[in-house]
Amino acid sequence: MKTLLLSSALAFGFMSLTSKSVAPTQSSIKASITRGKQVYLQQCLACHQVDASGVPNMNPPLIKTKQVLGDRTALIKIVLNGLRGVDIDGDSYNGVMAPHPDLTDQEIADVLTYVRHSFGNKASAVTAAQVRMVRAKNKPAN
Amino acid sequence: MKFIFGIVGLLLTGLVANAQLKLPAGFKAVTVLSDFGSVRHIAVAPNGVVFIHLGKLKDGKGIYRLQDTNGDGKPDKIFAFGDFPGTGMAIRDGYLYASSDEEVFRYKLDADAKVVNPTHPEKIVTGLLARGEHQPKAITLDYSGNLYVNIGAYSNACQLQDRTKGSPGQMPCPILDSAGGIWQFKDDVPNQTYGDDHRYATGLRNVVGLDWNRQTNTLFVMQHGRDQLSYLYPQYWNDKQSAELPAECMYELHKGSNCGYPYIFYDQFQHKQVLGPEYGGDGKKEPSEHYQDPILAFPGHLAPDGLLFYTGDQFPARYKNGAFIAFHGSWNRAPEPQQGFYVVFVPFENGKPTGKWEVFADNFAGGPDKMSPSKAEHRPCGLAQGPDGSIYVTDDNRNGGVWKISYHK
Repeated sequence: MKTLLLSSALAFGFMSLTSKSVAPTQSSIKASITRGKQVYLQQCLACHQVDASGVPNMNPPLIKTKQVLGDRTALIKIVLNGLRGVDIDGDSYNGVMAPHPDLTDQEIADVLTYVRHSFGNKASAVTAAQVRMVRAKNKPAN
Repeated sequence: MKFIFGIVGLLLTGLVANAQLKLPAGFKAVTVLSDFGSVRHIAVAPNGVVFIHLGKLKDGKGIYRLQDTNGDGKPDKIFAFGDFPGTGMAIRDGYLYASSDEEVFRYKLDADAKVVNPTHPEKIVTGLLARGEHQPKAITLDYSGNLYVNIGAYSNACQLQDRTKGSPGQMPCPILDSAGGIWQFKDDVPNQTYGDDHRYATGLRNVVGLDWNRQTNTLFVMQHGRDQLSYLYPQYWNDKQSAELPAECMYELHKGSNCGYPYIFYDQFQHKQVLGPEYGGDGKKEPSEHYQDPILAFPGHLAPDGLLFYTGDQFPARYKNGAFIAFHGSWNRAPEPQQGFYVVFVPFENGKPTGKWEVFADNFAGGPDKMSPSKAEHRPCGLAQGPDGSIYVTDDNRNGGVWKISYHK
């Protein structure tokens, strides 16, 4: 009984530890969103606009698009490598997005978490650990 | 019955017009086409038939011929042709000229402005660079057999890495050999492309609005100025300054004109050319080489997409030989409020602007809360003059259309 209790406690402890490193807590997500907003204001707003609605034919919107809500690895790569031309729902956007390898893992995680929780978007948070992994394997196109 | 429909039609078009565009006293706008598509540039034949070019194909076609046979102001005969989207649209001497982003074609028109062979236009210019950024090829023609084509620079300011903080400006800018200027071609010679003789003017970042001035017999263009001063160089400009700078400039061009892009930009507050920050500028330093000055400078980022010299007799005399400019509306003023979304008038005297300009047609966006590129109900783009002296304005939003503006005493 004692062993069972102990192992359950250990297992519980282990689970919470792993869950902490994989899925961030509500309060850490909130803090990430707050920091991410500042990154958005400095790095993204000029092109994607205050309300993330973008500019027709030039700079894509960040509202409920598959790029924003979808695969986090692909999304992280857009920030790291930039983008030149993209089609979204049959509309093409020809604006040029600069690469942002100068942003830290945490800044990229924060800004993507902010965008995925704002402007009507609802998607999971992005963590600095995920950005670190993507950056380690990232080979910029040019 | 037809009469009643006509009255209802007039009432409807009148209502639509009055609810939207704000015009000076005596002017009235009627909606020729609405909820149609992304209407870029427009040309009107001598018999009043209208041709529009779409930025995105509609039902597989890029060019639409609009004819109003019953005089109610609406096209009742619509004919679609051309399987390429694009911007350029102009008529000269019985030909309709149309550009894709890489080529310029022309279609022969008959006496009724019908397209003689809609599936086989002549290819006049081919092989032009189109690399996404600034790729539309706006066109105009003079009256001595020449076609002028804008080839926009595929860059913001010719940085080694476009729009990237800390990336230096390339010296010399390699883009300028094949873009960033106006190229001149014969209007009737097939398959012309790049070549030293064809470059007419250089140092122009991107031109969408351009027109031949018949009074001065010269080419006038509106340049889209560079973006992102405060984003790329916060040490020299704050967001407020960056919203106004650089000026959107009108240039009167001659063969060999060099307007200085990307090495300089024009600061309308200091009334001078300043060195671009990618080339050592700090907002005050002047370039060692002086480039051609603009003939008129407008506030930054308003995006002039249409230019038309008014030669008609319908409008009051002060409009004759003056310029209308369609300002598409800004995006690069954020986080400051966006501006533009209007057509302005620039009075000219003896072939020179008087220095003043005024908003002529306003409220394309549809209200102060819609002054942003994605929220604006309409964004003015192309301009043309009809044979009766009215002018046409296009809207290239996804569901854009065409207005006709007339003057009634």
